[in-house]
Amino acid sequence: MPVVRSFLSLLLLGAALAACDETQPSATIDSEESTTTGAPVEDLIVYSGRNENFVTPVIEAFTAATGVEVSVRYGDGTSDLAATLLNEGETTDADVFWAQDPAWIGAIGDQGLLSGLPSDILGLVPEAYQDADGRWVGVTARSRVLVYNPDLVTEDELPQSVSGLVGPEWNGRLGIAPGNASFIAFVSAMELADGPEATLAWLEGIASNGVQTYDGNGPIVDAVIAGDLDAGLVNHYYLLQRMADQGEVSALNHFLAPGDTGALVMATGVGVLAPSGNQEAANEFIRHLLSPQSQEHFATNLFEYGLIEGAPTPEGQVPLADLAGPDINLSDLADHLDTSVELIAQAGLS
Amino acid sequence: MIAPTGVFPTKETPREGRRAASPLLWAWGLAAVVPAAIPIGYLVWTVVRPGGFDAGGFSAERLLDLLAATTLLAVTVTIATAALGLATAWITTRTDVPGARIWSTLVTLPLVIPSYVGAMTMLAASGNNGMLSQLLGRLGLPPLPVFQGFWAVWAALSLWNFSFVHLLIVPVLRRLDPALEEASRGLGAGRWRTIRTIVVPQLRPALASSSLLVSLYVISEFGAVSMLRYETFTRAIYTQFGGRLDPTPALFLAGLLVIGALLVVLIQQWARGKAALYSNRPARSVTTVRLGRWGKLGAWGFLGGLVTFALILPMATLIWWAVRGLMLGNSPLPVLSHAARSLSVSAVAAIVIVVAAIPVSILAVRFPGKRSRALESTAWLTYSLPHLAIGLGFLVLAVRIARPIYQTLLLLVIAYLAMFLPQAMASLESGLRRIGPHLEEASRSLGIGGWTTLRRVTIPLIRRSALAGAALVFLSVMKELPATLLLRPTEFDTLAVRIWSATSELFYTQASFASLTLVAVSFVPLYLFVARDLHR
Repeated sequence: MPVVRSFLSLLLLGAALAACDETQPSATIDSEESTTTGAPVEDLIVYSGRNENFVTPVIEAFTAATGVEVSVRYGDGTSDLAATLLNEGETTDADVFWAQDPAWIGAIGDQGLLSGLPSDILGLVPEAYQDADGRWVGVTARSRVLVYNPDLVTEDELPQSVSGLVGPEWNGRLGIAPGNASFIAFVSAMELADGPEATLAWLEGIASNGVQTYDGNGPIVDAVIAGDLDAGLVNHYYLLQRMADQGEVSALNHFLAPGDTGALVMATGVGVLAPSGNQEAANEFIRHLLSPQSQEHFATNLFEYGLIEGAPTPEGQVPLADLAGPDINLSDLADHLDTSVELIAQAGLS
Repeated sequence: MIAPTGVFPTKETPREGRRAASPLLWAWGLAAVVPAAIPIGYLVWTVVRPGGFDAGGFSAERLLDLLAATTLLAVTVTIATAALGLATAWITTRTDVPGARIWSTLVTLPLVIPSYVGAMTMLAASGNNGMLSQLLGRLGLPPLPVFQGFWAVWAALSLWNFSFVHLLIVPVLRRLDPALEEASRGLGAGRWRTIRTIVVPQLRPALASSSLLVSLYVISEFGAVSMLRYETFTRAIYTQFGGRLDPTPALFLAGLLVIGALLVVLIQQWARGKAALYSNRPARSVTTVRLGRWGKLGAWGFLGGLVTFALILPMATLIWWAVRGLMLGNSPLPVLSHAARSLSVSAVAAIVIVVAAIPVSILAVRFPGKRSRALESTAWLTYSLPHLAIGLGFLVLAVRIARPIYQTLLLLVIAYLAMFLPQAMASLESGLRRIGPHLEEASRSLGIGGWTTLRRVTIPLIRRSALAGAALVFLSVMKELPATLLLRPTEFDTLAVRIWSATSELFYTQASFASLTLVAVSFVPLYLFVARDLHR
């Protein structure tokens, strides 16, 4: 049939293109080869909530050092991979879950899907940035900030607390990303620190103050740089990435006062899946993420804070030791994801 | 009833002595619709099961607001695409505008641009730092405001979807028998009355199909609406999915959306009308309206403007990013492996989906009745669902009951079948309506069996519609993102996945390489099987 013939020729073209590209054989071929040749180490499957561009160099270094091939499954951020893992449960093929925030990996741990990490790994990272029960460990830390355009916001206008953003002087000037995992974690932190009523009141306060809602942190930072928006609540590194890309830009990060919810510092967490039959290689992968070279990469290329002792501070940033969010435990955020999303919806922000 | 030429309206009620559809045809059609029924069944189950009634913090008022905003967008985009598509189809088939065939191809091409890529380029062009604003700045003009909100989304979705209407209307306009219009005028009817009573009824089925494609797509759209900051129901569903552990509220909201889509499908079935209009190639070609010099200029201006905004500006933006990236030393080569994956999975899906759509379309057009309408509507309903909801439905079910096909290409193609069957159906059905049943009836009356008739008469006659349908499905699969992300085999990253992962961290250079490749690969089947055939 002509339909079939025409599309078969497209298919052949696809196959030809695939053959040209031998550097990235597909995952299925990989696993077949490793079973037939009886390779000494099994491939590692990593579910990554972190972006491909940030992860690839670290994974290549790991494979070069250990000979373990890594297949990475990227998701639309962290939450859809977490949902995938929750559905797969005991049947999952994943060995490692590398999440973008502490709440979702905590939720996976609460379902009993993470195995405990060995003490040598847990010992590498400060207690504040790991699970209270030792099921996940932080890889890097990021701080919430108020990014602002100095041409549109004067220094004395900058609030010390996010509660200052509900005032009339901020009417229509603030941007948030209500569907973003980091914003939701920030709302969860507020719930933990101040209770749900105060959190809903704050959300309703900014909603009635003409807050602008965006799709993500990146678009907020771009709008601020362009002067299309005065200020926005985001993570600290977006601006630094823009500056690395575009040079000097007209935007600055304002860190809120220590102890304020707006100064929340969050870990990006990693853990080993309990059903994995590849625990040792998975632990080795985590040790690699916490190696000085990887930590250096995260600080210089991602502008996030490394967490091991002596990890460098991203250039031009306040040292991690001087940052202090609200007095909460990051392990507790997982329990508040659902209520936070509900509060955001109740305030009419999603 | 056999007529060698011309258009003859008949009531679509089974005529006396007409054969019933073969049970095998029914089995084939049912098998094609089963994947579409799965997510719908799953959603209905989540809504009706105990404790399913949970809107995740959304108040009834807020939901009504979102529904109103979604309806407003769906209606206005449908009207705009119908108007634009009718205008481009009419100008390129019924007037003596110079370069009609080239224009007809050009206005089809915006289909290769995914609306999220279109939205991305709109954002890059506007605002204080936008490329257009910088150009205006050189001329001493103030910057453009940021393209966002209702009008921006309306413009984006209209620009990148009106080609569906153009594609389905052009073949109908080309086959209108001039004798009918002349008879109408000869009997004293004015021009408008002739259009209203002769032309419009003949366009109704194609217009209804294309409007259904557009309106249900708008309801399910996520990328462009969220980038351009307009709040629709689907966006609320994504917020619930992405933010919380418990999927119930999101599924509940998606269940509500299915009900809304059912209304749209019913409206379409009413709008399509009862009359079936079959026409062979008319004995004479259609009359051409002579445009004066100003008319031609006006037509050029209209078509040129449309092509500029829907095609040239976004392409220029992508090329600009790509060139900048190349000069900074970035390599576009890694995109080849993504292209290979996109190409192969899209080609397979296109073949499977067209083959699956054939019986459903034949049943819907040739054997109208309650059962065939139910079959057809089920397939259409899925088209309105956010792809995330479909993807999650398949994920949950595959993990529980079909673990061996979980995270395989087979499952991915089944999900594509559920999502894009209606696109193939729209093409095939308009093809079937055009050729009429009399050739098949003649074959049957000569003692040829049903299957042989299907193979030797029907399928060759709808060959072009099948190719066009396959090409449209191919394009949609190439562009599909949310379900692909959830269901693909690990490391099977397609071009769309690459574009998304690059844009989400604003690596525009890498996004532009992948986007340009996607556009280039999509262009080939669209041109070969759709655009080029339009005016044959």
